Amino acid sequence: MSGGGKKARGISQEGIVIAISAVIFLVFAVTQPVFRTPENILSLIQNVSILGILAVAMALTIIGRGIDLSLVAIMAVSAAWVLQLSNNGMPIGLACLIGLGLALLIGLVNGILIAYLEIPAIFATLAIATAAYGFVRSMLLEDNLIYLKAAQDTWFKVIGSGDVLGVPNPVILFAIVALVVHLFLKHAVKGRFLYAMGENPSAARITGLPNRPMVLLQYLLAAAIAFLAGLIMATSVDSIETRIARSTLVYDIILVVVIGGVGLAGGKGKVRNVIVGTLMIGILLNGMTILNTPYTIQNIIKSVILLAAIIVDSVMNPRDEQTSQQGDI
Amino acid sequence: MSFRRSLARARYKYVPDHVLGELLSKNWVDNAIPVLILVLTLVVLGSLLDGLVSVSSLLGMSAQYGEVLLVTIGMTVVLLAGGIDLSVGSVFALANFVMLALFNMMGLPIGVAIFGALACGAAVGAVNGILIGYLKLRAFLTTLVSMIIVRAIVDMLLLSYAVKIANPVTESAFWDFISFETLWGLPFSFLAAAVVAIAGHVLLTRLRPGWRILAVGGSRRSAYNAGLPVKRTVASTYVISGVLAALAGVFYASRLNAAGSGTGAGLEIVALTAAVVGGNSLGGGRGSIFKAVLGAVIVLLVTNSVIRLGLPAGGDSLVLGLILLLAVGIDVKWVKNRSKLVSRVYVSPAHMELSERPETAEGSGSPYALNDKLADVELIGLGQIDGPEDPVLDEDGNIYAGTRHGDIIRFRAPDFAEPEVFVHIGGHPLGLTFDRDGNLLACIAGMGVYSISPQREIRKLTDQTNRSLTSIIDDSRMRLADDLDVAPDGRIFFSEATVRFDMSDWMVDALEARGNGRIISFDPASGKTRTILPNLRFPNGICMCRDGESFLFAQTWGCSISRYWFAGPKTGKVDVVVPDLPGYPDNINRASDGGYWVALVGMRTPAFDLILKNPALRKRMVERVAPDEWLFPNMNYGCVVKIDIDGTVTDCLWDRSGTNHPMITSMREHKGWLYLGGVSNNRIGRYRIPGADPEWTAAKSYRGEAA
Repeated sequence: MSGGGKKARGISQEGIVIAISAVIFLVFAVTQPVFRTPENILSLIQNVSILGILAVAMALTIIGRGIDLSLVAIMAVSAAWVLQLSNNGMPIGLACLIGLGLALLIGLVNGILIAYLEIPAIFATLAIATAAYGFVRSMLLEDNLIYLKAAQDTWFKVIGSGDVLGVPNPVILFAIVALVVHLFLKHAVKGRFLYAMGENPSAARITGLPNRPMVLLQYLLAAAIAFLAGLIMATSVDSIETRIARSTLVYDIILVVVIGGVGLAGGKGKVRNVIVGTLMIGILLNGMTILNTPYTIQNIIKSVILLAAIIVDSVMNPRDEQTSQQGDI
Repeated sequence: MSFRRSLARARYKYVPDHVLGELLSKNWVDNAIPVLILVLTLVVLGSLLDGLVSVSSLLGMSAQYGEVLLVTIGMTVVLLAGGIDLSVGSVFALANFVMLALFNMMGLPIGVAIFGALACGAAVGAVNGILIGYLKLRAFLTTLVSMIIVRAIVDMLLLSYAVKIANPVTESAFWDFISFETLWGLPFSFLAAAVVAIAGHVLLTRLRPGWRILAVGGSRRSAYNAGLPVKRTVASTYVISGVLAALAGVFYASRLNAAGSGTGAGLEIVALTAAVVGGNSLGGGRGSIFKAVLGAVIVLLVTNSVIRLGLPAGGDSLVLGLILLLAVGIDVKWVKNRSKLVSRVYVSPAHMELSERPETAEGSGSPYALNDKLADVELIGLGQIDGPEDPVLDEDGNIYAGTRHGDIIRFRAPDFAEPEVFVHIGGHPLGLTFDRDGNLLACIAGMGVYSISPQREIRKLTDQTNRSLTSIIDDSRMRLADDLDVAPDGRIFFSEATVRFDMSDWMVDALEARGNGRIISFDPASGKTRTILPNLRFPNGICMCRDGESFLFAQTWGCSISRYWFAGPKTGKVDVVVPDLPGYPDNINRASDGGYWVALVGMRTPAFDLILKNPALRKRMVERVAPDEWLFPNMNYGCVVKIDIDGTVTDCLWDRSGTNHPMITSMREHKGWLYLGGVSNNRIGRYRIPGADPEWTAAKSYRGEAA
């Protein structure tokens, strides 16, 4: 009985999102001729693939009952440092490795703060986002905006701007990341651990799961995926603006994840949910851009949708006064 | 050897080990970390920047400080209730805009404009509050979203009105005053923030709504189960925060008279950092306005200094982020480990050396020799009473005894068949006695000394004494009032066994063996309570001597009985009557033959006597061994002895099997019978004293001496 109810609810949430996406898509397609051109559809998918990749990383952390507000900062500073290093004469391959190292280092710090110092994830990653941006910008970078110059004509450039059989590389990379993470979550032992930990951390610990190393792994994976997103962003527009770390992009990512149906309480959700959320937000953003909606209005619309998504989330997964975690904000 | 021993004794006598644990158990010690950080900040930044720590520099910051403090206080209130408010920066910007729009652009009266700005803040706070309090959304994400929405609205409005709002169409003396003038050299916003801080402090520490906020934050579940309006309380904190952020925005408007897209940006991080650096806990329940005040000073000093130090771009976010992390990290670890730390260091044993144990073996000829006189005691109220520490009889022979449940139970003479609850007091009644007017006087653990009239009216006599100057824990409140007796002049003398432990931990005091207890006098005529003998080793039983000028008192861990003169030529003198008992004395009461009955609650053991000489061993034991495994004094086997006024033992009563009365804390003689009580027994015993005066009662004995 309850199992059936749960299933029906799950279908309805995903179904609703898909239906809304379809409606929005149709409305834009009918009213905006530009929208329905194949070029625009392709660029729509291309534009949201970065968002989607970041959302997959975010979903990983949220499923493990965490959250990573430093994803955008990691993406921006690590990619910017790669460009900076290569512009200063370093071979691009080595620069990429060093950039990955930086991203992993930030992810490691996140993990240590959360797993071992037991700082709430939301604060640790928020503070690390600020501190990492501040550190890299003041110590390692020469400017806010770093251009792709030296590695312009290498394989590196292809990451974000090439295509395979007409499908842009970012889309392919998004698909690969989604598939890998899906396989990890579904079939790898560590992936199942992640669900167990998100569902009930103390039960997981009592059962003998390595909770603390798992938290580390979670933030390391998220950081590595964010680094990939940074490379795609840098190579598709030939530059990276580090001040994006201070923008509201990270809230768009949460929006995607929550709308898709990954419960913020942890332990629930699949990569499929992220893809659904990405599609809906992608269509919305693309449509609003074509409609020439001002940036502030876009912000308001996105925020209102996010708010609605959180309300739906809290109605569907209500918090009980008797069982809610103390200090869970 | 003896030199080493006296050295050890001196070390444990003069080094106040117990102070550390007492310091850590104080609530205000939470403030120590932020104060330390503040001092460090001042030293480090003061040496880096010339003139940072100067009157003019600090005054220059005071206007900004007022604004930051207002926002921080709002954030603190929200944090205390277990939430978080990230929308304060946007509310600040909104209020700034609304203030300027209403006053400068529309020319509304100043009062209306300020009210409008505050109402906007309250409205945003109310929306947050409804979503988080009533719909139970997550505070962090919800206020994040409202921050983005409000910020977008302000940005939109600014696009159209940025220029218009900067040029006033009207004037107001009041507005000019708060914009430019100062009171006593301080800007108006600073004074307003100070007033709000004091009001907030009173709210949180003295008023019901504030207590509810702390209760909800401390334990939401308990607050809900206790019937507090959790939803309304949570919602109200966001309204408070919104209004305070708006007030800060109004002051910002008065100071700068302009609005830009950067107004109030990042203010939520500043306020959050300030609140947490000050020591307010994330997750609620622990914190104060004072901590907010401290935190705001630290954060403002740091941010201003970072700007003046001219760090490269991004340097300020690095510093702020690191401070936030450090503060949260310290806070999390402190909250988690403080109680562990206190329990590790609180018990601080002192050096103590008892003299040789008197022999107690059967047939040894010792006055304490084991016998079986208590084998056939009659049992009263078996299983019907829990913990009669000190049963007492009235003139009609009814028995009164306290219980662990906080009642005084009466067994009616002559058959003592049915217990009845005489009164319910709430704490465990220990020592009992009757005064001349037939009122029952009782020492209640954790509560003080109470008087119960024959009509069952309960009256508090005293629950606090003078606070000693050197004590860190508050020793004015009574933690463990133990036994009492009434002097012929009406003064009540009572013992407080220990000032460092509660009733539940009374045995732990034995591990310290320091003089933690005291004897206190209460004078009903003047209503004054005074400590007369401090630093006693668990003072317990008190019994008036028949000279009307002195009383006997027992020191349980001291294994001794002493006599104190409170009147007459020897006033103030203390004599040791029995220096070396074989066990731990508890209550003392008069006997019919002119002697005194003494209950030995437990017997000394060689092992415990030995570790009393070794405080370091006991310290290690307390730190490293689980409490269940600690070596305690033996409390499983005791006896009753009778002494005369010179300390000579004249009788000794044992229960060899240890089944009926393994632990005896008190005995009362009444008409030829001896009534036995025990603090962890479930019965009262009744022993026929061979050859005792069958008409003797304690009341007659006391009254005879008064006449």
